[in-house]
Amino acid sequence: MGYGIGTRLVEDFLARSCVGRCHSYSEITDIIAQVAFKMYLGITPSVTCNNSSRNEFSLILDKNPLVEFVEELPAGRSSLCYCNLLCGIIRGALEMVHLAADVTFLQDRLKGDSVTEIGITFLKKPEEKKYRRKK
Amino acid sequence: MRARSAGRSLGAGGRRMADAVLFEFLHTEMVAELWAHDPDSGPGGQNMSLSVLEGMGFRVGQALGERLSRETLAYREELDILKFLCKDLWMAVFQKQMDSLRTNHQGTYVLQDNSFPLLIRMASGLQYLEEAPKFLAFTCGLLRGTLCTLGVKSLVTASVAALPACKFQVVIQKS
Repeated sequence: MGYGIGTRLVEDFLARSCVGRCHSYSEITDIIAQVAFKMYLGITPSVTCNNSSRNEFSLILDKNPLVEFVEELPAGRSSLCYCNLLCGIIRGALEMVHLAADVTFLQDRLKGDSVTEIGITFLKKPEEKKYRRKK
Repeated sequence: MRARSAGRSLGAGGRRMADAVLFEFLHTEMVAELWAHDPDSGPGGQNMSLSVLEGMGFRVGQALGERLSRETLAYREELDILKFLCKDLWMAVFQKQMDSLRTNHQGTYVLQDNSFPLLIRMASGLQYLEEAPKFLAFTCGLLRGTLCTLGVKSLVTASVAALPACKFQVVIQKS
């Protein structure tokens, strides 16, 4: 469901924010955290880069409006990834701007972790790149 | 009228936020998700999906009713409660007010919205008229749930003559 929302949301975001072309994955992740999250959810997650090849990032959310009224996961649903919608939204939005990425929750406060952390791993598409260069 | 210019709606603290569209997007996905599982189901399956949407709207309405009505709405007249729905509830959820409210003064109210936000993006006129009920079920529940929290038992149905205008009929149930 998040994926479906993301594919549409990105147009709305680009129309409202008028961000220019990004030149690196790190720039993209910063924009997601500082512009998009701020615009739609009113929070600014902090960004860290997780690997030296600069394609794995984490968004650390210390406040999450989606769980404002949630104290704990319902009984029998302890493996529920409550905010997985957010991962789908990011993934769908990135795909619409031709970027493939894996987006998952690395840590979740609702499951007892100390923070809520979303991991974004940008996937390279070497074949597509070659195709473009040949043109 | 709902302003669609970039970042017009102000969130807490006067920041320019665009959170109003989030509910629209989520609602579209909810409807799509429920219908994706059984696209060819007969009236039985469709009714089930409509009930699920209505039920979700009901629970949201119940919670919203508590949050929005800080004053003692319970002591007010029935008509005041309906006006609250048309003004405060609609403003909170759809950033606009209901366009008209009519009543027969015998427990039936017709709330009309000439440009219902959940239908606006779909079409204008008679196209997709058949699909419209799917996009109204949640909101019917929302109205019923809010009324419930305010102590009013009701039955809410919706009808569309031409998109994006729609009417919500609220019939108060006397217990």
